[in-house]
Amino acid sequence: MDAELKARTRRTIAYSVMSCVAMFGFGFALVPLYDVFCDITGLNGKVELRAVEAPAPEAVDLSREVKLQLTAVNNESMPWEFRPMKSQTRLHPGQLLQTAYFAHNTTERYMIAQAIPSVSPSEAAPYVHKVNCFCFDRQPLFAAEQKEMPLLLSIDPKLPAHIHTITLSYTLFDITPAADNRVADGGRNGL
Amino acid sequence: MSTLEQTAAAGELTEHHHGPASGIGRWLFTTNHKDIGTLYLWFSFIMFLTGGCMALMIRAELFQPGLQLIEPAFFNQMTTMHGLIMVFGAVMPAFVGLANWMVPMMVGAPDMALPRMNNWSFWILPFAFAMMISTLFMDGGAPNFGWTFYAPLSTTYAPPSVTFFIFAVHMMGISSIMGAINIIATILNLRAPGMTMMKLPLFVWTWLITAFLLIAVMPVLAGVVTMMLMDIHFGTSFFNAAGGGDPVLFQHVFWFFGHPEVYIMILPAFGIVSEIIPTFARKKLFGYASMVYATASIAFLSFIVWAHHMFTVGMPLVGEVFFMFSTMLIAVPTGVKVFNWIATMFRGSMTFETPMLFSLAFVVLFTIGGFSGLMLAIAPVDFQYHDTYFVVAHFHYVLVPGAIFAIMAATYYWIPKWTGRYYNETMGKVHFWLSFIGVNITFFPMHFIGLAGMPRRIPDYALQFADFNAVASVGAFIFGFSQLIFLYNVISCIRSGKKASSEVWEGSHGLEWTLPSPAPYHSFTEPPVVK
Repeated sequence: MDAELKARTRRTIAYSVMSCVAMFGFGFALVPLYDVFCDITGLNGKVELRAVEAPAPEAVDLSREVKLQLTAVNNESMPWEFRPMKSQTRLHPGQLLQTAYFAHNTTERYMIAQAIPSVSPSEAAPYVHKVNCFCFDRQPLFAAEQKEMPLLLSIDPKLPAHIHTITLSYTLFDITPAADNRVADGGRNGL
Repeated sequence: MSTLEQTAAAGELTEHHHGPASGIGRWLFTTNHKDIGTLYLWFSFIMFLTGGCMALMIRAELFQPGLQLIEPAFFNQMTTMHGLIMVFGAVMPAFVGLANWMVPMMVGAPDMALPRMNNWSFWILPFAFAMMISTLFMDGGAPNFGWTFYAPLSTTYAPPSVTFFIFAVHMMGISSIMGAINIIATILNLRAPGMTMMKLPLFVWTWLITAFLLIAVMPVLAGVVTMMLMDIHFGTSFFNAAGGGDPVLFQHVFWFFGHPEVYIMILPAFGIVSEIIPTFARKKLFGYASMVYATASIAFLSFIVWAHHMFTVGMPLVGEVFFMFSTMLIAVPTGVKVFNWIATMFRGSMTFETPMLFSLAFVVLFTIGGFSGLMLAIAPVDFQYHDTYFVVAHFHYVLVPGAIFAIMAATYYWIPKWTGRYYNETMGKVHFWLSFIGVNITFFPMHFIGLAGMPRRIPDYALQFADFNAVASVGAFIFGFSQLIFLYNVISCIRSGKKASSEVWEGSHGLEWTLPSPAPYHSFTEPPVVK
């Protein structure tokens, strides 16, 4: 193999290897890209997991009302009792709504839960603004403890006119780490 | 004299140092593209029989409704392993093996550009598959989540053996990437003088494009299994909604790899058929340039259609429409190809040797698979067909009489060049007709049971599907056992076939046919000049 050919082959290899590394990175870059895409478009019913400012009172659109349905779902094997305090309500876009979800740890051990919200229709997802939400934090409850978890939200007045009903659904996941489990229940599981 | 020639053909002749080494060392340490091609082909054939046995176990269980032979849990392991072994162990290595054998000879190169890496990329594979198959004997059994390994089935609910599966996928990915780099380096840099890009044989062209696809998507596959590994063992939440991840993300990343992957398994088949049909029609290939451009367009389109595998996950209407129409667009370049193959045969003086029979079956049956693909591309219709036997029928039509028939056609077509001997033509034709009939009996009824609503990946089914399932199982056993004829034919060809001339076929064309048969261990040490 002459020198010129060797150099050309080496260049080809270098480009190929670089493309491989880049594509491996791209695979991981798809994760944030996917979130950004869902954020911008509101597709997939994903909603922002951060607080926004409370709306100004004069922004309330009194000309129409939206029906807001609140639902609660327990993820598989999550034993807590979990439900909205009020499962359906009507509100004006721009109006601040204060409500709560009820959670009850029915087990005899300390557990940590995390609620994940989802909005349907997904087109409405970018217009649901949470001022405060229990889904922003982990929710720890001791054995048999009960709690009302607050939710403070408003609907953006820019909500498209053809949407009359919005469903906000929370799924509750058990995220208690296995290690905490053993300590917090006083070693009962170990016996 | 004839005894001497036979000894030489058996590869035992070591009178001068240019021949192969003797013993097992020849195969372990070889850097010769022909040896490595042979290794790849035998490996893929063994995997083909292994995956085939699993398919027959599935079909035996489905012969009648109810559970007769195997447990549902084991049935799931069989569907998963059958898919993984056939895709990654049989079809892909077979194409790499053919590329190893033929690409250097077709472009007039002495060997592959990176011979040592070539050895490495083959020898990773037996270890990867030994690891994957060993999961069958582990506690909790082999992976049971389907070859598409959707999260959370493959993360939260996976058997412990999933980690071995992940590393096996990593290893075979590394092997494919190295193979692809090697092929690209060979085609781009080692062409004989005068062999311009637009003079490359189509098999070489399709493999070049396939190699680019491999480099683009195998790292994404490695990425997605790495994310799974991290979710399972290191507490991340890529695909776990409780930690802010999303299981649907898995499907997006997987199919971003998965859709180009299905073209990786069919583009080299297009190349093979484009070599064989002109030979036996005794005409030049019709529309060479359009074939090249059609292949490139298919490769490009394969990157923007992935979500048609997931119409039912709850996509917005805009997304469904986009992926529906971009998918249908692929039918245009594919149609160009089918048209060109038919136009090549038009008014040709055709003969029907075994490679031609397999190629003709490829054109007809692949087109049927393409049409059922078009039906599945219609988003609203897909809501009914999704995860039914209609999908099973579709992808088996494009993979079995598509990819597998093309590999068999290529073997029959080039084996006289490899061994210096003809296979037994009668036996080849028997093999073809049994395979052709077996494949259609197996997969055609699946269209109907799919449209009637039978879901895929289940060990038991409702009574109304019983008759067609029994028919399909009979066909599967015909197809499966007829492959033993192929094995016997290949072995007897190596040992005692009729001697082949260097042209082999009357209408053959291209550099590989200028070499004597069998092709010498080192060919084109002096580059040929292409006019």
